[in-house]
Amino acid sequence: MIQFLVYVAIILGVLAIGYLVRVFELASSLKGAKPEVITEQDNRLQGRLMLLFLFAFFAYSIWNLIEFAPRMLPVSASEHGVEIDWLFNFNMLIIFIVFVITHIALFWFAYKYYGRKGIKVTYLAHDNRLEMIWTIIPAIVLAVIIIFGLRSWNKITSDADPNSMIVEIYAKQYDWTARYAGADNKLGDANYRLITATNDLGMDSVSAGGKDDIVVKNEIHLPVGKEIEFKFRSRDVIHSAYFPHFRAQMNVVPGMTTMFHFTPTITTAEMRKDPYVVEQVKEINAIRQAKAKKEGRTEKPYEFNYILLCNKICGNSHYNMQMSVVIDTEADYKKWLATKPAFYATPADAPKEVAAIK
Amino acid sequence: MSENHGHHESHHAHDSHDEHHHQESFVTKYIFSQDHKTISRQFLITAVIMAFLAMLMSFIFRLQLAWPGEKFAIINFLLGDRMGKDGTIDPGMYMALVTIHGTIMVFMVLTGGLSGTFSNLLIPYQIGARDMASGFLNMLSYWFFFLSSVLMLAGFFIETGPASGGWTVYPPLSALPQAMEGSKLGMTLWLASMSIFIVSALLAGLNYIVTVIQLRTKGMHMTRLPLTIWAFFITAVLGVLSFPVLFSAALLLIFDRSFGTSFYLSDIYIGGQALEQTGGSPILYEHLFWFLGHPEVYIIILPALGLTSEIISVNSRKPIFGYRAMVGSILAIGFLSFIVWGHHMFMTGMNPFLGSVFVFTTLLIAIPSAVKAFNYITTLWKGNIRYTPAMLFAIGLVSTFISGGLTGIILADSALDINIHDTAFVTAHFHIVMGVSAILGMCAGVYHWFPKLFLRHMNKTLGYIHFWGTFISAYGVFFPMHFLGLAGVPRRYYSNSAFPMFDNLIDINIFITSFAALAAAVQVIFLFNFFYSMFRGPKSEQNPWNSNTLEWTTPMANTHGNWPGALPVVHRWPYDYSKPGKEQDFVPQTVPLAEGEVDGGGH
Repeated sequence: MIQFLVYVAIILGVLAIGYLVRVFELASSLKGAKPEVITEQDNRLQGRLMLLFLFAFFAYSIWNLIEFAPRMLPVSASEHGVEIDWLFNFNMLIIFIVFVITHIALFWFAYKYYGRKGIKVTYLAHDNRLEMIWTIIPAIVLAVIIIFGLRSWNKITSDADPNSMIVEIYAKQYDWTARYAGADNKLGDANYRLITATNDLGMDSVSAGGKDDIVVKNEIHLPVGKEIEFKFRSRDVIHSAYFPHFRAQMNVVPGMTTMFHFTPTITTAEMRKDPYVVEQVKEINAIRQAKAKKEGRTEKPYEFNYILLCNKICGNSHYNMQMSVVIDTEADYKKWLATKPAFYATPADAPKEVAAIK
Repeated sequence: MSENHGHHESHHAHDSHDEHHHQESFVTKYIFSQDHKTISRQFLITAVIMAFLAMLMSFIFRLQLAWPGEKFAIINFLLGDRMGKDGTIDPGMYMALVTIHGTIMVFMVLTGGLSGTFSNLLIPYQIGARDMASGFLNMLSYWFFFLSSVLMLAGFFIETGPASGGWTVYPPLSALPQAMEGSKLGMTLWLASMSIFIVSALLAGLNYIVTVIQLRTKGMHMTRLPLTIWAFFITAVLGVLSFPVLFSAALLLIFDRSFGTSFYLSDIYIGGQALEQTGGSPILYEHLFWFLGHPEVYIIILPALGLTSEIISVNSRKPIFGYRAMVGSILAIGFLSFIVWGHHMFMTGMNPFLGSVFVFTTLLIAIPSAVKAFNYITTLWKGNIRYTPAMLFAIGLVSTFISGGLTGIILADSALDINIHDTAFVTAHFHIVMGVSAILGMCAGVYHWFPKLFLRHMNKTLGYIHFWGTFISAYGVFFPMHFLGLAGVPRRYYSNSAFPMFDNLIDINIFITSFAALAAAVQVIFLFNFFYSMFRGPKSEQNPWNSNTLEWTTPMANTHGNWPGALPVVHRWPYDYSKPGKEQDFVPQTVPLAEGEVDGGGH
């Protein structure tokens, strides 16, 4: 019933506005004015609004920067990420300059030449010199951007160091599993037809490289300062392995293996002490505690952690497909790894029938 | 009446009158009409309704992003439990809303709606033709479009819900019903709708191309075409060359879904079993999809730029600056748009060298785009600007086209794309450069050509409010969104609450949603103005904006065949505004050149 009344109210409201507009139009036509004609007054008002917008827009952009920039990702924790950040800032600077110049020109002209009587219009259909200038200057600037960009791209995507440590990241709806290559630094073969409840990755028990492979869930540890070559596989749909703190990302595509390599440079413990991160964590905790208090529950304080998240739409729980990444010192890493048994460490786990299928 | 009319004035008026008198029933006049003006109106009204629905969808998912998991009394009140229990929005429905919002906006509103409305209205009018080359195909194109729109919405009325794998519907997610609810019947409907849409787009595109080439009136050389027509023409060429590729992508997906083929599928274990399909690759789909997908964004933006060129020139009372450079830019953008699709796929693991090639071609597009932007700005310089609502929208477009285009430079740089690929930064970028810009261009077109569409004017005050509200809230929504991306927030996340590291971003999301609410409210004003003015707006005179182009030489009536007498003859380019030595500040294209007068901007 209430729903019905609300609908009726909305319809009546629309009708009321309609009649109001009608009244205004009739009133102005009685005065002899045509409501559709654009007057000099309109032009002046809109011209001034254009100028006002220019100032407001710049103020708003600066406010955005001041307010939101401190919430961006902290300093890159990987070697190549530092270069990406530099390149980003370099491009951003160029963009900012062009943005400011073009917007000043656009809105200043929009204000300065608002229509009025007696203004003299310059009949200017083209000017080859001007047009050459603004074809050639963007071309040069873009050439610089392309050269810098491709230089970094080629470096980042070049083959991994043959001595790099190999880690497999395996994706399925909606979690990540990691497989360490073990002492031989070789991953064993795997086949999706071998997947069982206990053999999530479809590992092949007869494959020599796989004997010492270590399978880890929820949290991976990596040593600082060592190049890691990630190999990505998916069992179901496309996922994307995104390590925002390391400026690293690669799609994980069923039916093929994709790769990305990077070198972590800052341990988790060090990053937690970074003043920028400390400040961010403090703010986050304040927000979380306030929310918890309002809802009458207690909240464990949040500690900074590197994270791996899914960045390609993969289903309903796409928004919660994550794994913690811990960067350790070499010694700590080895200590941690020693606590993890190889997948085939206990013979009972090696399914015999799997070999038979093969 | 669908006969080829030829393009010379020898074609007499009474012929067309005789042809038409006997078929003016309600059905043929308003429903199955073959008249380009009626079809244009049909496209526009359908698109306005679809746009409004898609905007409401976006508002619902924006609510969820600002207040994740909240129960919204308003949603519960209006929609019951359709979005989720007790006015919440559940993850599956969220995905569906994101997907259908994107699909409707990209295809139904900004492809079908934008080109359908303005190519249909302006191509025959501005080139001096009595109608499209084929009125019948034109009619079919609208009704296929209508059918596809209905099918796209139908997903909301089935139990498993609409397609929900994102508007790009990448397999295997979209191919496997086990992967998500939306990949069941909803996905079948999506594919059916899209296939029918492609038929509509092809029928329309071929018609536009043939009409522009064949039916130009006497004296309307290609170099005298208004920039609107150049834009529509190249848009149609892009569509005809790229939509069939999307059709093949969709067809193979249908096979994979329904007939057990494995074009896109390989080595998949899902729902507790290993699938038989092997040997395919989802990357193939991505290539096919983006081979359309990238030209598609130019199919969206070029018509908007074309409309803007015309509106800025007319209302600045100045010739468009650099007509030939503008045409050249359209051609260059059109050509380049076919060799850049790989920049959507830098992170798929494709060969890095191939990535480099796409970086290069993509950044090249910035050059013709920059030329266009500078030429718009120079057109304003030393003009005498008349601020119709259309002009405001056109200037707004130039601003969003620049600010959105600039962030494209970041995304085109593959090294930078590593970190921001698929984040909210991308969402912000393409919404500004192509979503908002094209919508602003479309609104500009509606306000400017409303007198030709419905013979009346829209209310200018409501138009001003509509512009400022839309423009401000567009930047309010999408400017801060870049920062979300730089904080590492992926797009298409139902909620950021699963990651404590994103908890300090919640007020950015609330900020964005507040502006989305403002934007939605302002569109209600537009909707009112649109439908009200259609019936009650003040009647327009024949050439209300003192324009040069041919559409304003037709009488203010829905004349069949457009010109009651002979077809007009064109003597000059369309941009003679404020030409020195002329009495008025405009010289219609039908006015013969004076002795010694140089055409095309010389004087």
